[in-house]
Amino acid sequence: MNRFLLPVGIFAALVALLGVGLTLNPREVPSPLIGKAAPHFELPQLHDSAKTFSEKDMLGKVWVLNVWASWCVSCREEHPVLLDLAKSGAVPIYGLNYKDRRPEGLGWLKNMGDPYQISAFDADGRVGIDYGVYGVPETYVIDKRGVIRYKRIGPLTTEIVKEKVLPLVQELGRG
Amino acid sequence: MIPEIGQIALALALCLALSQAVLGLAGAARGDSAWMGAVRPAAQGQFVFVAIAFGCLTYAFVANDFTVTYVASNSNSALPLAYRVAGVWGGHEGSILLWILMLAVWTVGVTLFSRHLPDEMLSRVLGVMGLVSVGFLLFVLFTSNPFARVFPSPADGRDLNPLLQDPGMVLHPPMLYMGYVGFSVAFSFAVAALLSGRLDAAWARWSRPWTTTAWAFLTVGIALGSGWAYYELGWGGWWFWDPVENASFMPWLVGTGLIHSLAVTEKRGCFRSWTVLLAIVAFALSLLGTFLVRSGVLTSVHAFATDPARGVFILALLVVVIGGSLLLYVWRAPRIGLGGSFDIVSRESLLLVNNVMFAAAAGSVLLGTLYPLALDASGLGKISVGPPYFETVFVPLMAPALFLMGVAPFARWKKASLPELASRLRWALGAGLVAALALPFALGRWSPLVALGLLLATWIAASSVLQLYEKTRNAASGASAWARLRNTPRAHYGMLLAHFGVAVFVTGVTLVKGYESEKDVRMEPGDTTEIGGYTFRFDGARDVRGPNYVAARGTIKVTKNGQSVTTLYPEKRIYTVQNMPMTEAAIDPGFTRDLYVSLGESVSNSAWVVRVQHKPFIDWIWGGCLLMALGGALAASDRRYRFALKKERAEAYASAPAA
Amino acid sequence: MAEPLVRALALAMLLAPGGWALAREAPPAAQDPVLEQRVMAISGELRCLVCQNQTIADSNAELAADLRKEVREKIRQGQSDREIIDFMVERYGDFVLYRPPFKATTLLLWLGPLLLLATGLTILFRRLAHPRVKGDVELTADERDRARRLLASKETGEG
Repeated sequence: MNRFLLPVGIFAALVALLGVGLTLNPREVPSPLIGKAAPHFELPQLHDSAKTFSEKDMLGKVWVLNVWASWCVSCREEHPVLLDLAKSGAVPIYGLNYKDRRPEGLGWLKNMGDPYQISAFDADGRVGIDYGVYGVPETYVIDKRGVIRYKRIGPLTTEIVKEKVLPLVQELGRG
Repeated sequence: MIPEIGQIALALALCLALSQAVLGLAGAARGDSAWMGAVRPAAQGQFVFVAIAFGCLTYAFVANDFTVTYVASNSNSALPLAYRVAGVWGGHEGSILLWILMLAVWTVGVTLFSRHLPDEMLSRVLGVMGLVSVGFLLFVLFTSNPFARVFPSPADGRDLNPLLQDPGMVLHPPMLYMGYVGFSVAFSFAVAALLSGRLDAAWARWSRPWTTTAWAFLTVGIALGSGWAYYELGWGGWWFWDPVENASFMPWLVGTGLIHSLAVTEKRGCFRSWTVLLAIVAFALSLLGTFLVRSGVLTSVHAFATDPARGVFILALLVVVIGGSLLLYVWRAPRIGLGGSFDIVSRESLLLVNNVMFAAAAGSVLLGTLYPLALDASGLGKISVGPPYFETVFVPLMAPALFLMGVAPFARWKKASLPELASRLRWALGAGLVAALALPFALGRWSPLVALGLLLATWIAASSVLQLYEKTRNAASGASAWARLRNTPRAHYGMLLAHFGVAVFVTGVTLVKGYESEKDVRMEPGDTTEIGGYTFRFDGARDVRGPNYVAARGTIKVTKNGQSVTTLYPEKRIYTVQNMPMTEAAIDPGFTRDLYVSLGESVSNSAWVVRVQHKPFIDWIWGGCLLMALGGALAASDRRYRFALKKERAEAYASAPAA
Repeated sequence: MAEPLVRALALAMLLAPGGWALAREAPPAAQDPVLEQRVMAISGELRCLVCQNQTIADSNAELAADLRKEVREKIRQGQSDREIIDFMVERYGDFVLYRPPFKATTLLLWLGPLLLLATGLTILFRRLAHPRVKGDVELTADERDRARRLLASKETGEG
C-alpha cells in the first residue's frame, strides 16, 4: 500500500512548490552585496564635472543611492516617489547617473525635478557593474558605516518606501 | 457579431462537454446503455461547437477585427494572411483555444475509431476526456476569454511578435499540441481502466495506437520547434534546455517509456500498475508544461505574458485532474494484481530498465528545471540552471539506454540467455567499434565523446539491420524470405524504423557538436573568408523593404574549390510596428552539412561583421526525429489494432471477472 | 630589386576601377582573436542577467557587451579565469553562473539524477530477484466452459 502513495505524495510536494512559486519573481536577481561594504568609487558629478563624489563622503550618514538614466522608462514611474521622499527630508538621496550623456541627464532632471543632493556620473557603467546593477532603476540603502543594507530592483513605489525604506532608515539612524 | 457567436459556441461546448463527462462516467457506473449511447453524440457535438468558436476567432483575425482585444494585441493590418491565421495561437488565450480544439479533435477521433471497444470502456474514456475539456473550457471562459472586446477599438493592432512571423509558427504549435493533448487519450484509458477495475492485456492493446500516435505528433512538434529556433534565432543553436522546451521534452521522455511499457503489458500482461502510472504521469507533465509556460513561475523566452491568476487556475486544474487520478490509483492499483513472471535477463526486464532510465531522465530534467524555484522558495539563494547542467546529466543517463536499445529486440520474452545475445549481436558490436575508432579520423579528429556517440548510433543501426536480416534467414517454417518479411507485422517495422531514426539523430548530434566551427569576421565588400572548405565572399549589403519590415540584406557568394555552391542573403530586419530588430540568418542546407551565415553589426558605411558557421550533419538531427515519428505512425497503423474482435466476443471478454 | 615593380603593381590595383574590388581575406571581427577566444570561453560560463536565457557570450544586450568588456580588461590585466568569475559572482550572486556551482545547497541538484537512476534500478532488481509468487488459479466449471468456447471460435488478430 505504501508504494502506491508515493506518486500522490510527490505530486502534493510539487503542487506546494508551484503554489509558492506563483508568489515569487523568477526574474529578480537578489544582490549578494547586502551586508557588505558599498564598493568604492570616485566619479565626477553630473552638474559639475570638476568636482567628484565618492561613497566615502557619506560615512557617518545614512543615505539612499538611486541608479537612474534619462533613457530609462521605468525611472519616470518612480520619480514622483523620489521627489516626495526628498521633500520629506527623511533621508538624503544621491543619484548614480548610469550610462547616460551629460546633456540628456541634466535635461531630464531639469524637466522632471531633481531629488538628488548630488548625482554621480557613471558614463561607462563600471560603477554600476561593481554594484551589481543589471536593470535600471535600482535603489540602495546604505548605513553610517558604508554597508549596503537593502536593495530594491525596479522602480520604487510609495508602499515600498513606507514599508521597507523608511523604517530601515529610522532604525539605522538610531544605531 | 462573429466574436459573440464564438463566445456562445464556447459556452455550448462547455455544456456538451459536461454532458459528455456525466453521461460517460455515470452511465458506465450505472451500466445505463441509454446514457452510454448518448456520449458519442455529445462528444461530437462538443467538437462542432469548439470548431465553430475557433473558426470565429480565425475570422476575426483574417478580417482584422481590432475590436477584439486579443486580435488587437496580436495582429496588424500589414501582417501577411498566413500569419494572421497563425496569430490565432500566437498569444495565451488563442493558444488555449487551440489546446481545446486539439482535445476535441482527439475526442472525435476516439468516437470514430473505437467500434471494437466495449461500450463501458468507451464511455469511461470519453467521460474522462470530457472532464478535462470541462476544465479547460472553464479556464478559457472565466480567465482567458479570446473574444473579449475593447471599445473604442484601436486603429490598428500591435502586430504579432516578429519572432513568430514565420512558417514555423504555422506548424509547430498545432503539431506540439496534438502530441501534448494526445496523451490525454492514454490518460483517459488509464483512468477508465482504474475506474472499471479491469486492467488487462486488452486494455493495453486498445490504448497503444492512441499513445503511439500522440508520441509521434509530439516528436514532430518538438523537432519543428528545434528546427525553427535554429533558423529563426540567428545564432545556430537548436536546443537550449529552456524551461518551456523542457516542458515539452519531459512528456516525450515519459511517453517513450509508456509506449514500451504498453508493449509489455499487451504481450505479457505484466507491469500493469506501472503502465497506468506512466500514462497518468505523461499527461500530468503535459499539464505541468501548460502551467509553466503561462504562470510566470519560470523565466523563458517562450513564456506567454504571465499572469499568476491564470497560474492559480491551471494549478487547481492540475490538482483536480492529476491529484484525483493519483488518488484513484492509490485506491485501485493494489487490486490490479500481477502479470506473468519473468527472468532477470529477459525482454521484459530490459524494457523495464528502459523505463527506469527514461523515468530517471525525465525526473532529472524536472529537477533541473524546478531546482532554482525550490531554492528560491526555501530562501536558500538564487541560482540558475542551464545547458551545462542538463548536458552533463542527460548524456550519461541516456547512453546506457541507447546501448540497451540494440539488445532488447533480440532478447526473448520471459527468459533470455546472455551468451546467446552476445553471439547474435557480435557483428553489430563490431560495426559499432569500427565506426567509433575509424570514422572520427575521417572527419577531422578523434575525440572520446564523438567516438561514444558514433559507437552507440552505429550499434543501434546495425542491430536494426541485423533484426531484419535474421528475419529473412530463420527458415524454421520453410516459408520464403520474402513471405516472412511480408508477414512481419507493421508494428515491428515501425519499431525498426523508429530505432533507426534514433541512430540517425544521435549521429547528427554527435557530429555537429564534435565538428561544428564558426568565424566572426569583419567584411568589406569583396572580402572573403573560409570555413569547412567553403569560401564565402561578401558582396555588400543593401536596404530592402518587406511587407511589415525594413532590412539590410547582405549578399554572400559561396564557392568550394572554385565551383559555385550558392548565394546567401542574410538580413538584419527592423519590424516597423514594434520597432523590433531581428537577425534573419541565411542557411544553405545539405545532407552532410549546413552553411549558416548571419550579419552582426554594420561597422562602417560598407563593412559588416559577419558570422559564418559550418555545421556538419545537423539536418540528421531533425531527419532522425522524422524517422522516429514515421516509425511511430507505422506501428500505430498495425492491422491488429484496427481489427475488431467480434463485438460479442469483446463483450464476453469485458464482462468476465478481472483477469 | 623587384620592389618598385611590386609597389607599382600594388598602386595600380588600388586605383583599379571600383567594379573589381580587391578581394582579400576578411580579418577577424575581434581586435585580438587569441584574447577574444579566452573572453568568449569565460563569457560562456556567465549568464546574461537581462535576457537570462543566454550567456553574455551570445547575448546582444548592452549589459552583456559591458560585461564582456570587463572580462577583456581583466584578462589584459593578467587575472585568471577563476578570479574573473569570482569577480562576477561577488557582484551578481550565484545566479550569474551558467553552470550551477557545486555547493551544499546544490548537492541534491547534481547528485539527484544519479540517485534517481540508482533508486530506480535498485527497486527494479529487488523486484526481479524476489518476485512475489503468483498462486495457482483454479478455474470454476463455468469458467472452464467459457475458456473452451473462446478457444474454439476462430482466433483473429492475435499478435
